[in-house]
Amino acid sequence: MTAVTAPAVTAEPAGPRRPLRSGKLIAGLAVAGFFVLAGVLGPLFAGDPEEIGYERLMPPSAGHWLGTTNTGQDVLAQLLVATRGSLTIGVVVGVLATVISLLVGVLGAYLGGWLDEGFSLLSNVFLVIPGLPLVILITDYLETGGPVALALTITITSWAGPARVIRAQTLSLRGRDYVDAARVSGERGWRIMVFEILPNLVPIIAAQLVFAVIGGILLDAALSFLGLAGGSAGSWGSMLYFAQNASALSTGAWWWFVPPGLCIAVLGAGLSLINFGIDEIIDPRLRRATS
Amino acid sequence: MGYLRRKIVFYAVALWAAVTLNFAIPRLIKGNPVDIMLARAAQGGQPMPAEARHALELQFGVSDDPLWQQYLGYVGNLLHGRLGLSVTYYPTPVSTVIAQSLPWTLGLAGVALLVTVVLGLGLGMLAGWRRGGAVDALIPATTFLAAIPYFWLALILLYVLGLGLGWFPLNGGYDYAGVQMGPTLAFAASVASHGALPALTVVASSVAGWMLGMRNMMVSTMAEDYVVMAEAKGLSPRRVMLAYAARNAVLPSVAGFAISLGFVVSGLLATEVVFAYPGIGFALLQGVQNADYPLMQGIFLIISLAVLGANLLVDLLYGVIDPRTRKA
Repeated sequence: MTAVTAPAVTAEPAGPRRPLRSGKLIAGLAVAGFFVLAGVLGPLFAGDPEEIGYERLMPPSAGHWLGTTNTGQDVLAQLLVATRGSLTIGVVVGVLATVISLLVGVLGAYLGGWLDEGFSLLSNVFLVIPGLPLVILITDYLETGGPVALALTITITSWAGPARVIRAQTLSLRGRDYVDAARVSGERGWRIMVFEILPNLVPIIAAQLVFAVIGGILLDAALSFLGLAGGSAGSWGSMLYFAQNASALSTGAWWWFVPPGLCIAVLGAGLSLINFGIDEIIDPRLRRATS
Repeated sequence: MGYLRRKIVFYAVALWAAVTLNFAIPRLIKGNPVDIMLARAAQGGQPMPAEARHALELQFGVSDDPLWQQYLGYVGNLLHGRLGLSVTYYPTPVSTVIAQSLPWTLGLAGVALLVTVVLGLGLGMLAGWRRGGAVDALIPATTFLAAIPYFWLALILLYVLGLGLGWFPLNGGYDYAGVQMGPTLAFAASVASHGALPALTVVASSVAGWMLGMRNMMVSTMAEDYVVMAEAKGLSPRRVMLAYAARNAVLPSVAGFAISLGFVVSGLLATEVVFAYPGIGFALLQGVQNADYPLMQGIFLIISLAVLGANLLVDLLYGVIDPRTRKA
């Protein structure tokens, strides 16, 4: 990153040195942190999300902050457990997709030749084949999947985009002088990749990881909403599935179907803000003239 | 014409991959789709008679033949448009079910995409042109819009605009009871009013990506020398914006069409379910709920085919608007 910021500083010698701090990044991290806390600690304090009560389809009250479902279950308790479930899927998908995309992107771009051709073709093919129908097809055949199988399946459709971005960046880094210098001085290929190229990919990797987490959460939500995730109330999408099946919409039980979607949207927006923050740090031209 | 040939070869490979995935997934996971179907039917309390097994095996092309023969048979069936019989709408062929639902999805997706692209690129251009201006102030709000799952936005819009305010019909593709399907004005009006809310859903949740991409490229492009030169020559701001900055800034958005299209299609599938819109996504859900594997596989194929075709068209268009790609 220092290589990027240095010209920006010399270009405006008169002005005060701007610290690399982005409001968007901080806001995004705060939102993400809030959800992580809620997902980790929330289920410990919330009651049993499966507990069936007599107060059915009650609007929010002091006893049930977010009201109850059609079987009298507490929506808040369900929401907290679902937060944990959705976050877990998102993080697992994000990490897996990023690791695969790093392997494919860096190895392909660095080694070049037929390996690069093959990897590029593979990722481009997976990029254009529509993801949701493919995942629906696989999960439906898997039947007894569970969250692990679900995360693996979603990963199949989420590694290709990041791999392409990482490949492009690696290609540009590969031709830099310091990489040539390392090669001439006899460093081994894997060492150049891990210690010379990888550190300079960190901002891009971080951005791709965040994208993959959002993608994983959204795809899981869509799958669960369609009733393909095994039927447990384990994620935001499956809450929406149960709400939809119980006609929460036509009975006006907004407290049931609004919170899960709102959580997805707010967390997604927070994660996007993190990415904009990273983008602005990498590319000073994107910073606002006024800030 | 290396560019054209490269693109066509690539999409041929992608199509082959989709077709082969479709063949391989059932066999990789369980070995035999017929076993799964029979097990599902037995679970559902409707065990199938023994002779049904043979019929299903014929239909799926499952046999003791070597795998390559099964594969050839499968490809042969595809080339003749034989996708098998739908279980849900038995004994309607899958191709008929798809032919009935595809026009709905194509129409909806086409209109929604067109509005999204025009609106997104236009707003993005203005936001980047007047950085820090009124349109640019919308950008943070669009991040929130972009993160909303399509189907949830559909639920909310349905709840507020459909159920609450009563502006739009709640579900379906047209007024099944009141209007006859046909080339009449009443039918067209009914289709338009039923499609408005699903289309609005797609536009609202996908416009942000286009807007942001265009805005950032505008900002980069406006720092280029040729834009400064155009301004220095005293050209009108409108001309500089449209013919110099925007024309070059739009290229990555066009190139990124493939990825956005995938998202739109995925989002559209779930949206159709919410609105009970009689398109491909709704048919897919029927297939999922009824263990209708021929239907699901047929729909996966046809969606892949449509997406690949649209991408090929856009790539060819890209070759026309950016001559550099043809040389490289």
